[in-house]
Amino acid sequence: MAEMTTPSAPASQVRALPLVLLVLAVAALAAVPFALPSMQLLVNFALAKGIAVLGVTVLLRAGQVSFGHALFFGISAYCGAFLIASWPGADLVVLIVVGALGATVSGLIVGLFVVRYRGIFFGMLNLAFSMIFWSILEKFYHITGGADGIRLPRPTVLGLSLERGPFELVVYYLAIALMLGLGWFTIRWFASPVGHLFQTIKTNETRLEYLGVSPKRALLSGYLLSAALCGVGGALMGITQGVVTPEYVWWVRSAEMVFIAVLGGAGSVPGAFIGALIYETVRIYASALAGDVWQAILGAFLLVIILFAPGGIVGIARRIGGRS
Amino acid sequence: MDLTIFLLAVFDGVAYAALVFIVALGLTLIFGVMRILNVAHGSLYAIGAYVTVSLVAWAVAAGAAPVLAFPLMIVSAILVGVALGGPIEWLLLRRIYDKPEVLQLLVTFAVFMILEDVQRLVWGTQPYFQSTALMTLGNVTVFGVTYTVYQLILLPLIALVLLIGMRVFLRHTVVGKLILATTEDREAAQSIGIDADKVFLLTFVLGAVLAGLGGALASPTTSILPGMGADMIVLSFAVVATAGLGQIEGAALTALMLGLGRSFAVYLWPEVSVLVPYVIMIVVLSFRPQGLFSTPAARKI
Repeated sequence: MAEMTTPSAPASQVRALPLVLLVLAVAALAAVPFALPSMQLLVNFALAKGIAVLGVTVLLRAGQVSFGHALFFGISAYCGAFLIASWPGADLVVLIVVGALGATVSGLIVGLFVVRYRGIFFGMLNLAFSMIFWSILEKFYHITGGADGIRLPRPTVLGLSLERGPFELVVYYLAIALMLGLGWFTIRWFASPVGHLFQTIKTNETRLEYLGVSPKRALLSGYLLSAALCGVGGALMGITQGVVTPEYVWWVRSAEMVFIAVLGGAGSVPGAFIGALIYETVRIYASALAGDVWQAILGAFLLVIILFAPGGIVGIARRIGGRS
Repeated sequence: MDLTIFLLAVFDGVAYAALVFIVALGLTLIFGVMRILNVAHGSLYAIGAYVTVSLVAWAVAAGAAPVLAFPLMIVSAILVGVALGGPIEWLLLRRIYDKPEVLQLLVTFAVFMILEDVQRLVWGTQPYFQSTALMTLGNVTVFGVTYTVYQLILLPLIALVLLIGMRVFLRHTVVGKLILATTEDREAAQSIGIDADKVFLLTFVLGAVLAGLGGALASPTTSILPGMGADMIVLSFAVVATAGLGQIEGAALTALMLGLGRSFAVYLWPEVSVLVPYVIMIVVLSFRPQGLFSTPAARKI
């Protein structure tokens, strides 16, 4: 595993991504709605996905890969859709909070079960749970709307009902703010005692036990964080799209999140967002230019990354940075 | 539930389990030997079905006897194994055996993505039906229930032959013993002169042939359409994980259990039928975390 992530030192990771670069990147993102309005929606999707990918990244730090984290992405989005259906005046903030809570609670239920496993079993059991939820969404269509999903009408923003344009702007900047806040929180969490215990699961779990620490509990804490992050991403995605479908939970979505995490640089916080931006861009252009083979193009892209740059984009950047 | 429904559910379950087992057998063989979970296995299954449908349709159109559908299934399976399985192992997997598990999974996932589009490009998105093989064998009536010979007798028979054949092959032939030795300890096997690269290639091709064969055998019983590979890979994962990874006989029993569970659910509570295999898997793994038929591994400190 040594090749995938540099030994975890979150504080140095902050330094490795100089503040200047971060400010430039955020400024560039903030300028998108004015400089490139046609890209706004795409970037918004990428940010929502990036937050969810951050959840997968957290687990990668413990050496675990989940092939079912779209579950929490979807649960959160459906929570929002059901909430606004029963309470039409629900606020944007309420939707995201409730979505994240729903994802965290389901993360606790699933987590209590899956933290007993590592490696392939961990990945597969997560997959099984997401498949179960997916089938429920598909089959109980009188409640869930089946494959068509349910609408998630535009919520109010702090009590104001906005037109489409301003609303999209608000959601866009909220996504940027959430990216910064949650990214910062995750880096701080990795540096915290709990975060350190959590990352020890990857390096030496047995030693953790000898220290008198329960690895299951350590893994569960990270699992809850990852579920909550996927929840925030899912709520944002649902609100941006205005409709939630079972496709949110489909296992290919889960695999896509792992894909993006590896593309950006497995275990890297900025990598999650860089990966998501590149992925969404390639996906949109590949599907526009070569509609029939966009999936194959992405697959080939993934192969190239794994075979030639297993550190992902962030790994490439570090190597270039290290040379200069 | 009367006897007819009961028998129908049993027959459905057995026929379905036989197909799932054949696919899962390939998956668990590859995993057992190479420690790689091959996500592209589902695509090989789907392509096996597509190739069979095309070949049989072409043969029937050319005026060939319908019985020819059976050898064509085997041809398709071997074609899938050699033309797809071979290059996948040789060009891709060979480079990543020393990489982390996560990356190995993702490589096979990338292959899956590519092959899904290849299917769409070659065969389009229209569903295909080709039941020549099913018709050729006709029906059989058991306790007043009429069922196709193909599903009730041929499929379980093939599954059984493959199960026994695999056991004999692995334990009583030289090549099988080489595979087992490499599985046990790759370095030790290499040090006594076993070409591990060749063993891995052979194993992967064999596994891919089984996936293709599963698809070929499934093709007369179902409509062939995009997405069938994804469904099958998740289900055969469930079988393999419930049995315990690398457990061949266990996979047969588990496939039967999941198949019967699913088919009874179809008659009793259709909405949840898709869930049943996963629920069984979760229940089993709650009590036996290493799978039904695996023994817990010793912990190394």
